[in-house]
Amino acid sequence: MSAMVATARPAPDIAAANPVLRMAGVTKRFGTLVANDAISLDLGRGEVLALLGENGAGKSTLVSILFGHYVADEGEIEAFGIPLPPGDPAAALAAGIGMVHQHFTLADNLSVLDNVMLGTEPLWLPFSRRAASRRRLVETGQRFGLGVNPDAHIASLSVGERQRVEILKALVRGAKILILDEPTAVLTPQESESLFATLGQLVAEGLSVIFISHKLDEVLRVSSRIAVLRGGRQVATLPAAEADKAMLAELMVGRAVPPAQRHPRLPGAVACSLRNATLRGIGASALLDGVNLELRSGEVVAVAGVAGNGQDTLADLLCGLHAPDSGSLEVLGARLPASPQAWVRAGVARIPEDRHAVGVVGDLPVWENAILERYAGASFARLGVIRRSVSQAHARHLVERFDVRGTESAGLETPTRALSGGNMQKLILGRALMGDPSDRSGPVLIVANQPTWGLDIGAVAYVHQQLLDACAAGSAVLLISEDLDEVFALADRIAVMHHGCLTEARPASAWTLAEIGLAMTGPVAHESPAHVAA
Amino acid sequence: MPSRLAQLAAPFAAVAFTLLVTSLLVAWARAPVGQAYALLLEGGFGSRFAWGETLTRATPLILTGLSAAVAFKARLFNIGAEGQLYLGALAAVAVGGLHGGSGLALSPWLVFPLMMLAAAAAGALLLLVPALMKSRLGVDEVVTTLLLNFIVLLFVSLMLDGPMKDPTAMGWPQSVALQDALQLGKLAERSRIHSGLLWALSLSVALWALLRFTTTGFEIRAVGANARAAAFAGMPVGWVTVKVALLSGALAGLAGAIEVAGRTGYVTLDMSPGYGYSGIVIAMLAALNPLGVVAAAVFVAGILVGADSMSRAVTVPTYIADVIVSVSLLAMLVAAMLSNYRVTATTSGVHGSRRPPPEGRAARGPGST
Repeated sequence: MSAMVATARPAPDIAAANPVLRMAGVTKRFGTLVANDAISLDLGRGEVLALLGENGAGKSTLVSILFGHYVADEGEIEAFGIPLPPGDPAAALAAGIGMVHQHFTLADNLSVLDNVMLGTEPLWLPFSRRAASRRRLVETGQRFGLGVNPDAHIASLSVGERQRVEILKALVRGAKILILDEPTAVLTPQESESLFATLGQLVAEGLSVIFISHKLDEVLRVSSRIAVLRGGRQVATLPAAEADKAMLAELMVGRAVPPAQRHPRLPGAVACSLRNATLRGIGASALLDGVNLELRSGEVVAVAGVAGNGQDTLADLLCGLHAPDSGSLEVLGARLPASPQAWVRAGVARIPEDRHAVGVVGDLPVWENAILERYAGASFARLGVIRRSVSQAHARHLVERFDVRGTESAGLETPTRALSGGNMQKLILGRALMGDPSDRSGPVLIVANQPTWGLDIGAVAYVHQQLLDACAAGSAVLLISEDLDEVFALADRIAVMHHGCLTEARPASAWTLAEIGLAMTGPVAHESPAHVAA
Repeated sequence: MPSRLAQLAAPFAAVAFTLLVTSLLVAWARAPVGQAYALLLEGGFGSRFAWGETLTRATPLILTGLSAAVAFKARLFNIGAEGQLYLGALAAVAVGGLHGGSGLALSPWLVFPLMMLAAAAAGALLLLVPALMKSRLGVDEVVTTLLLNFIVLLFVSLMLDGPMKDPTAMGWPQSVALQDALQLGKLAERSRIHSGLLWALSLSVALWALLRFTTTGFEIRAVGANARAAAFAGMPVGWVTVKVALLSGALAGLAGAIEVAGRTGYVTLDMSPGYGYSGIVIAMLAALNPLGVVAAAVFVAGILVGADSMSRAVTVPTYIADVIVSVSLLAMLVAAMLSNYRVTATTSGVHGSRRPPPEGRAARGPGST
């Protein structure tokens, strides 16, 4: 990822001299869990401070304390030299702290201006001061280069534009300190670039930004200083100029993380093919619109795209939950009925997107979840009775082979919901990849929908390695992912999904990041030499 | 994981708390609390006669409790056990009391199983309709099963005043009686306790084994705990709901048949003082465990019988039994919840012991389809 916009980077000593925000010894406990352990941070004027950490490192808790949603057990916070009263969001707003949440808090059916004005006016006034508000909105937009039509309805805006409205909302209310929570999670590469440009402009105007992320590249790109949190502790705070990716990853995880190893292999026979597959939903436009895709053994094909463009429908189709309305869908040359059992028996390993809601039954013990897909088969049941010892032996084998932790104290009877996200994913992965004990051959096809979503770096590396190993052993792998780093790290071929349409799956080397970004937002001609981010 | 000790202690703590709360009401009724409780305990569990009455009362409660437990386990909220019980009773009498009580012209060895089958089928079919409406159309089964109770009661009333009326009953609305050979034997001399209790006990063990060891039981537990995950894994969720409905309805129908065959021999409109509804309470008290249902049913029956006996001696109305059962359910639910947590004293008050927020999912873009 090459830099398109040079980000303003003031010298670090400005921050120390005259901080706009100071957090000293902030500690927050939930029961026995220490979510924040004596965190001390200074934020200087005109600086971007990145808060880097894995899921559960305590980033969100810290920001919630800052914004008054939680009360810290210890420590104090000062904004512009004045102590901030704990547990008072209104005081935080008044002190000039603005927050842009990961999930936007906009009313879809209202205009941009309405959304910006919402909650800013006293209710007892007989008329709302729209003209004045409009002037302020336009002025603020011009000053920071955030052009948005004030009369546009939110529903008609793209995700990137909505984020701009969120930022404008905070700025119009007089925010001097802006907190952005995982702002790039929903953006295309182009939209991210434009956000980074905006950040540059904000700090040039003297605002300060706290940028929360777990993506190393962008943290290095936009921030002047980086604070790394791990397990609730502040493990390092360092100038971005002195940091590099490997070092940050190690700080974040606490150990070195080797990248997944891949062994190049020639793709083999076609394992699964979709021809002109179409699935209509209730709405006017099709959920899947004439999708063509061929998956070969020994090959990873990735489907990239912004969430909600039909990836889930594609995954459901390939997990045996739906049949296409028209077109064909074949596994090893045979049509399968829309029944998960048939797909499992045909050797399709399925990894669903939402591991809590769809992947496991949280209340049931680990061993029962290990046989959830094959409980009625001859390997695990006889005459309608579950073969308990065989099933538990299988689960024990799975727990050992896939290194599922968290069953140490209660064993295989541990309720699955007690496992961490990474271990739950290992259980699902093991269940899918190990297949039936009576059948030694690996899966024909692996359908992995966002398999590393929300996992820490260590678990991500593990899942990637397992997928690549299975692929090297002859499985065809379909990876559906919104994370372009993951797509480029694993895929042999990449296709992009937009509005239910899928582009041709081209070799990974034939795509540039910019082209993928364009394809994610609309159909593109394949020949266009789109070197936008040169 | 809640500790074993906390889980075992929870019911006892709940009962103790209940007796404490209800003692206020007893005191309010100007009765001596100690004596009232002693009488209640003695009336429910204090003698051979008391045990006989309690176990007789517990028999239908075990069956309706099992009916609710299996349905709730699969998240099929069957509130209609009362109606299923009456329809089961009516079906039993229809088979076993034909031709003015002489039954079918067959040996009782054949008619008895037919009678029980008819009762089970009647209850099962009555719940099948709401279950199909739930799994096919998404109709809320709480509403449909609850309202069916009233329809069934009116239907029973119609039958008892019409086609199935006992001509020898001097105008009382009661059905023809089962022939003696079809009635359940008594288990003990000078007591009303009958062999239906053995049926109820065997069925609770059978249901426990079904849920714990079989593929069907696995399906029921998985569908109840997370239907989406069960469907993804390939379980036939709709069919499981139907199987559970048939099972639950059949158990409630059997409760009616066994009550008729074990006690009165004929159906009346007041044969069940709300056994169907009490079954829900019992299932919840037992945390939906079929073996626990037996203990909970005996507890509830003992309180009901004991309160009758107490109210004859001191000035406390029998309604105290309903209050005790209701409060014990609430206390039990709270105790079960608390046993999952470790309660600690903190200095920071309200903010002390909340669970940490899950770090947010990466935001999903709004659907663009």
